[in-house]
Amino acid sequence: MKTEHDILIVGAGPAGMAAAVQLADLGFAPLVIDEQAMPGGQIWRASEGPRSDAVRRALGPEYAEGADRVARFRLSGVDYMPGTRLWHIEPGFQVFMSRDETAFSRRYRAVLLATGAQERPVPVPGWTLPGVMTVGAAQILLKTSAQIPEAPVWIAGSGPLPLLYMRQLLALGGQVAGFLDTTPKGQASRVLPHAMAALRGRGDLIKGVKWLRQLRATGLPWLRGVRDVQALGQDRIEAVRYTAADGRVHEQSAQVLLLHEGVVPSIHTTLAMNCEHDWSEAQGCFIPRTDERGMTSVDGLFLAGDGAGIGGALAAEERGRIAALGIAGRLGQDAPAAHLHAAHAGLARRLASRPVIDALYPPSEAQIPDETVICRCEELTAGDIRVAARLHRGGPNQVKAYTRCGMGPCQGRQCGYSVNRILSEEYGQSRAETGFFRIRPPLKPVTLGELAALEEGREAP
Amino acid sequence: MFKQLTDPKEPGFQVFVDGMAVSARPGDTVAAVLLRTPPHLARHTPVRESPRAPFCLMGVCFDCLATVDDQTSVQTCLVEARPGMRIERPRGKLKVAQ
Amino acid sequence: MADFDAIVIGAGTVGAAIGYGLGQRKWRVLVLDGADTDFRAARANFGLVWSQGKGRGMPAYQDLTKRSSDMWREFHRELCASAGGAQIDYQHAGGIAFCQGDDGFEERKALIEALDDEYRSAFADAGEPDVEMLSRDQVQDLMPDLRLGNSVSGASFGRRDGHVNPLQLLSALHKAIQAQGNEIRGRTTVDKIRPKAGGCEVSSGDLRWQAGRVIIAAGIASGALGRSLGLDVPIRAQRGQVLVTQRLAPVLPLPCSGLRQTAEGTIMIGATKEEVGADVSVTARASAWLSRKTIKIAPDLARAQLVRHWSGLRIMTPDGHPVYAQSEEHPGIFVASCHSGVTLAAVHADELAGHIAAGALPASYNPFHHRRFDVQTAH
Repeated sequence: MKTEHDILIVGAGPAGMAAAVQLADLGFAPLVIDEQAMPGGQIWRASEGPRSDAVRRALGPEYAEGADRVARFRLSGVDYMPGTRLWHIEPGFQVFMSRDETAFSRRYRAVLLATGAQERPVPVPGWTLPGVMTVGAAQILLKTSAQIPEAPVWIAGSGPLPLLYMRQLLALGGQVAGFLDTTPKGQASRVLPHAMAALRGRGDLIKGVKWLRQLRATGLPWLRGVRDVQALGQDRIEAVRYTAADGRVHEQSAQVLLLHEGVVPSIHTTLAMNCEHDWSEAQGCFIPRTDERGMTSVDGLFLAGDGAGIGGALAAEERGRIAALGIAGRLGQDAPAAHLHAAHAGLARRLASRPVIDALYPPSEAQIPDETVICRCEELTAGDIRVAARLHRGGPNQVKAYTRCGMGPCQGRQCGYSVNRILSEEYGQSRAETGFFRIRPPLKPVTLGELAALEEGREAP
Repeated sequence: MFKQLTDPKEPGFQVFVDGMAVSARPGDTVAAVLLRTPPHLARHTPVRESPRAPFCLMGVCFDCLATVDDQTSVQTCLVEARPGMRIERPRGKLKVAQ
Repeated sequence: MADFDAIVIGAGTVGAAIGYGLGQRKWRVLVLDGADTDFRAARANFGLVWSQGKGRGMPAYQDLTKRSSDMWREFHRELCASAGGAQIDYQHAGGIAFCQGDDGFEERKALIEALDDEYRSAFADAGEPDVEMLSRDQVQDLMPDLRLGNSVSGASFGRRDGHVNPLQLLSALHKAIQAQGNEIRGRTTVDKIRPKAGGCEVSSGDLRWQAGRVIIAAGIASGALGRSLGLDVPIRAQRGQVLVTQRLAPVLPLPCSGLRQTAEGTIMIGATKEEVGADVSVTARASAWLSRKTIKIAPDLARAQLVRHWSGLRIMTPDGHPVYAQSEEHPGIFVASCHSGVTLAAVHADELAGHIAAGALPASYNPFHHRRFDVQTAH
């Protein structure tokens, strides 16, 4: 592997791999780093892993495409460093990473963040209990380890992922105790305005409708219009409690509860870099602002994939290609305009059905109960945040200072949006106005020993 | 809590969770192993010593932190299990004093 | 009639302590705070209640620091009670400044002796010295769980030193001010102070309030606010980068200069002193240097993970000492500026608030007037 590269790509998911392949085609030699042990990102995680035919079949054709993409990425010969964490970027770009418990830093002319998305945190009472996980987590266990819940599983939330996971789980002989569908009733009227746009992405929607029909045919207990989901238990989940559409409260024993309310872009790195972000009403999250070549408001810092707005793997690939062309242009090699047009046309096609999905599954706006832990690291509740808000009238950064909310190792990845939501409600202001935590390095924890061994900073600053 | 749909053709190996031998397979993350190993925990938190299990499996929640081959506070969902690996589930705050 | 007896501009540790002190005197006070993303020295405070090594060249400052340290216990007790039983982690059992190598030890010893000489020549009634030099073995006895690095040659131990959670302190001050029936207005940036007959008007956008006294305690913004009012204090920002580790089991029983373990278990490591203006970015160069410095003192901390790294701006005057003054042109307008808001919180809430309420700073505060800088620049 070369030790010097002009371009760093952070993340070897659909966007990062597509960008790397595109850049290699144009004669560039980027370095791709990724936290995971294998390329593929979350969607195509463990695509190279050993797996039985049954699991492969259950994961379906969309997942199977990943093997081909990973193979193409490997074939491109692009330098790839797995198990590598990015923890700081300084202007220039001087990039700080860690691998095998060793920190190091290198300089790049352009950086592409292809760090994807995370599941939107779903703070409900009891969500910190062992036995409660995200749907995405359960699906990753299936991909990496062919692992399914032992007992019938409860699934609560909304969005396409629970439907996909249940389909996969049932195909492998797993059982669903109940699907607590929290999608608000009457979503159809909200969806109509997007129907025209959706026609262009008809394939996706037809596929979705087919799934829904198949899932219904399995006879799984599908409860619609559920709210106030809670996990109950002492040292682990013992029961799930929820309010059904008719207002009745139910409590049933549970060993595993999986939560999901959609995904949101990973914005910690772009926040740390002081990039401009916009609030997206449609997706209920902040999205870093990018131009038509995928560049953020910070010169030379590019963004591709779900981190630039949720669109799924195929849209992520198009964004990866767009950013690759943008980077090539910036480094003095303008690709034919037709390439960029083609990628944009591809992106538009891949995003066509997105407005329908966004409108079908809006993020929950229900008030988070006072007793609910929102900061998993510091174990602080929604009530703690409200008390601090009423006392200090400050924004997210002041509330963080006063309560320690967001100061743990996850650095607000789990509580950031909850604080944003609670403060917006408290002050009667928009989510955009409230803003998010200021994010500082290290983006991932790094030991003092690793830092001390860095070549940088031999002298007192 | 979770079970592996094992394929008899797939070779396994052993890792040690708090000294106890546990079987693992290629591709398993340490977090996946912990979710099949009673009591299905990764740690007790340093704040209130609450029990926690791996939650997000994609490196963003930090609830799967454990000690792996003497390396403390490792995100076990990002690390693949290897033959002979020693995994300890921490309770409370890290002790640095010898 | 004025809306308030006093308006304090700045709800950081300095402003809030003064506001709280005035409230204890039953004054009607409005405390104004800036925007969420303003530079906030209070939020980056290290949390030491510290007297050793401070005040070179200004015995009055040494005395102020020692007085405040002595008042802290009572201040803490009263504040917790006033804030409805608020929790403020606080320990006052002495503090350590490590020395590295024989030269480092001798240098520290010389500084401590020089400070003591200056103090004794200005204050005839000075008691026993409050700082003593400890050998490496004596330090190790004080901190049995901390394996000292080879280069540690000893330390100075200050019995007046201690530490406190600065954010809990600030939070309790805010809570107490509200419990006194007074108001803290958040996210309100003051743009003008207008002297008026019998008081002043303070405005923020379309909002206006009047009061008999206005206290400018706005940190880095104090310079600009006071400039046209006869309170032209030369203030600059000095960047300090601070590291915080994950929570660890107890290992540091006493706060140390640049290294302390909080009640939660995290280790705070500080701080750089950088003249880079109002730039709050952080650098890996600093985190590497701070880590190296820490591991030299305590090698076992190499295993600890850094979870946060931030920078704050110290509010510095040319000599680094505080400024307290009342405008001569516009009596009733005061300025208070210092970079030791935690250590001095007790004196701010008690003495200083009392003097402001009385309408005049006593002669013992003359050394703190910013005219001392005019004299210096005239040379």
